[in-house]
Amino acid sequence: MSQNQIVNKDDLVIRFAGDSGDGMQLSGTLFSDASALQGNDIATFPDYPAEIRAPHNTIAGVSGFQVHVGSHIYSSGDKCDILVAMNPAAFKSQLKWAKKGATVIVDIDTFTDEAMEKAGYTENPFTDELEVAYTIVRAPITSFTQRIGTEQGVDKKAADKSRNMFALGIIFYLTHKSLDKTYAYLERKFAKKPEVVALNKAVLTEGYEYADKLELIHSKIVEVATANAMPKGRYRNITGNVATAWGLLAAAERSGLTLFLGSYPITPATDVMVELAKHKSLGARVFQAEDEIAGICSAIGASYAGALACTSTSGPGLSLKSEALGLAVMTELPIVVVDVQRGGPSTGLPTKTEQSDLNQALYGRNGEAPLVVVAASSSANCFYWAYMAAKLALEHMTPVVLLTDGYLGNGSQLFRIPKVADLPSITPRFAKPNDPNYRPFRRDPETFAREWAIPGMEGLRHRVGGLEKCPDGPLSTDPENHALMTYNRQEKVNRVANDIPNQKVTGDPDADLLVVGWGGTAGALTLAVEEMNNEGKKVAYTHFNYICPLPKNTGEVLRKYKKIVVCELNNGQFAGYLRTQFPECPMHQYNKVMGLPFEVSELKDEFNKILGE
Amino acid sequence: MTEKHYVPKTDFEYTKADFTSDQIVKWCPGCGDHAILSALLNAFPKTHTKLENVCMVSGIGCSSRIPYYVNTYGFHGIHGRACAIATGVKLANPHLSVWVNMGDGDSMAIGGNHLIHAVRRNQDLNITIFNNEIYGLTKGQYSPTTKFGQVTKTSPYGTIDYPFIPGELVMGAQGTFFARTLDCVPQLTTDVMTRAAEHDGTSVVEVLQNCVIFNDKTHAAITDRAVRDDRTIVLEHGKPMIFGKEKNRGIRFNGRSLEAVTIGENGVTIDDIMVHYEDTEDAGIHMMLARMGGDLPVALGVIRNVKKVSYTQLFENQMEEQQANGKYKCVDDLLNSGDTWEV
Repeated sequence: MSQNQIVNKDDLVIRFAGDSGDGMQLSGTLFSDASALQGNDIATFPDYPAEIRAPHNTIAGVSGFQVHVGSHIYSSGDKCDILVAMNPAAFKSQLKWAKKGATVIVDIDTFTDEAMEKAGYTENPFTDELEVAYTIVRAPITSFTQRIGTEQGVDKKAADKSRNMFALGIIFYLTHKSLDKTYAYLERKFAKKPEVVALNKAVLTEGYEYADKLELIHSKIVEVATANAMPKGRYRNITGNVATAWGLLAAAERSGLTLFLGSYPITPATDVMVELAKHKSLGARVFQAEDEIAGICSAIGASYAGALACTSTSGPGLSLKSEALGLAVMTELPIVVVDVQRGGPSTGLPTKTEQSDLNQALYGRNGEAPLVVVAASSSANCFYWAYMAAKLALEHMTPVVLLTDGYLGNGSQLFRIPKVADLPSITPRFAKPNDPNYRPFRRDPETFAREWAIPGMEGLRHRVGGLEKCPDGPLSTDPENHALMTYNRQEKVNRVANDIPNQKVTGDPDADLLVVGWGGTAGALTLAVEEMNNEGKKVAYTHFNYICPLPKNTGEVLRKYKKIVVCELNNGQFAGYLRTQFPECPMHQYNKVMGLPFEVSELKDEFNKILGE
Repeated sequence: MTEKHYVPKTDFEYTKADFTSDQIVKWCPGCGDHAILSALLNAFPKTHTKLENVCMVSGIGCSSRIPYYVNTYGFHGIHGRACAIATGVKLANPHLSVWVNMGDGDSMAIGGNHLIHAVRRNQDLNITIFNNEIYGLTKGQYSPTTKFGQVTKTSPYGTIDYPFIPGELVMGAQGTFFARTLDCVPQLTTDVMTRAAEHDGTSVVEVLQNCVIFNDKTHAAITDRAVRDDRTIVLEHGKPMIFGKEKNRGIRFNGRSLEAVTIGENGVTIDDIMVHYEDTEDAGIHMMLARMGGDLPVALGVIRNVKKVSYTQLFENQMEEQQANGKYKCVDDLLNSGDTWEV
């Protein structure tokens, strides 16, 4: 290690950006994994285009991956301290995500006239103004990588695939981290291709040494504080989609049921299915259906046959599933519908995050069709909320929609590994074979849940379907019966509130302003409120995971505060939902519909403004 | 690969009455569905399947009310989605005998996608299509099988839609079992349904059914007693394709297409008549047989029945293999796999 100055920091944000094929997602993942193993808390956020390989060197093709490392991390961070830009398009489009004074590492070899023109530059991109505002490091990434390639007998084109390792090497140097973990990864990943291992290791090392010995002599090395507030336990890094899949697996095991997933590929939810498809050894029965409708219908069929049945999708897919969701409501069968929300409407912004499917989840069906809606609020707690969605579905005999989003689903976080035996118990409501008193819509007097009689059970043969039935099972068009069954279905969902904990409030107990959030925005909101409290501002915070029904004390919580601001990544759907139930509570809204998560700074600005009014 | 039929057999001798539900059948008097239901109820005891292990799944339409009339487990689904629901039932529990009942609109218009994919997968499902060439429950609009040019409520100037031939669709989707029957020949219907249940894979039985209210006599040109023997042919595996009142008519392949010939005329002998092989892997001849009509008699009976490892079998094999040899024995193993560390 050189004599470079080492600076201690509580946290650091790094953004890797390059062409879609430049391996930026991999660089980011390797860096976050290495950081986590070396004791940092982390959160990541991939920001990538919908196209797999948009035209080379264009802005449309820029793929980014942001990593936030430090002692106590809530979100993937607002703006970055270090930006890696592998080509002019990445430099041009991503510089706005760099803090003033950030270190910006560019692959100077890619700044050819042609590439700069494609990125939309008509003159030298490195203006004096930028040189003052940022520390721009012009690293010869391509030429160095190609030189190592030549030494190892690899042609230029093949060597270019390892350019991301050079950039990663520089970052490892700048963050004072060991390369060992990444060496091990490369050896494992390319075990059958020793020449690829050799090249990547050499390029990674070269990047590190380049930074050490030569050009970065004036840069600071940042030693990021390791995690200090994490509860004791065994940890791992996990993305929200994998956590969701694992939560469902855990729920199936804990409830003693077969896990069934019927799904159709859709960004950004596909990884839930991809993950579960691997786990036949754990009994996961995964069916890739011919379309979204078949996905949910197969799940409904599997539920009728006694499985913990799930389907995973994103907004447009949820639209297609609407009619079948109504069927699940009508047949009162337990299913879990995972909606990894993305920018809408229609195809919208497939790879970007949003919270705009809330209304669809709550109301998007014909008829009076209530169901349970819950939302995860971090990549790691997707595990818990998937588990809880399954528990509520099975114990209350109702479809449950679990809302996550692209930010949670693709982002990753440290996850404290639970023991399945320590998770809350799940008791499916099976009917007793040959029970002479069994009736398809006989209800538990407490929960209003019906009993689950599954094909194969003796003495319980019955028919269900989308037509209205009477409590004994047969079809009925009787007006009073329809009113009764409608009431019962609603009451069953309402009574789920008896089984959920009260809504908690954090922050200043005597606050003037209550910040309200739900779902995937918890990271930025928590940090914004925490920072404001540290600055002496009277702000409190409450975050909703149980959306429908709401916790019983919700009104009590809201009525305590003079000012309320409901923050969400849509045009105010949750605010509207709260207003219909608590019209006595005036509410401000803070909304963002840009396909991006909240930034802490914008939230604080808004909260300060409201406090000052 | 060891072949299994996942639906267990029982020695118990059921009767038609065991499978008959207590619900009042609400189809129109004279509807072909009554006869089909009766034929199906006669077929169940022959399959030697426990009552509890039978699951009827349907979509929407007159025929889709059938689960209510069968005293087994049943699921009356939504329009077009019966195959998808049934797929989930069978995947969750391969030991169930799963029956899918749909009409022509349900199966080939709104549910066309599910039908072709179910057939393509060859999961062990027994599909029956009640084909009356009309939308009955919505009172008389043309369906995907309505004859070209027919006047209906939504085609007052005659349809300009070319109709599907269900058998063609099934074989185009690599179907392994296709049979056709008429609502008015219940014995044949019972026979082909029993055969369909025995088939390990997706079976499709098309029943030409009469809608007495909105499309009466649509099949009369072949079903009327006076013409039935001359306008239909019941195919039997390994036997020459003979038909007609006098049993002297036969089907011959003339090198270009099928033709109906009379034995004893123009030098035609029994040796010129094609023999039906339902198990020919190539669907070419079966497709031609399924398309017969017009000058040729409409083919009934089991037209195609070939062996192909079912999706059910392949799925269960993978499950068993992974559960025996997989890396993780419980979810705790998975949660603790890969890179983890203690804090």
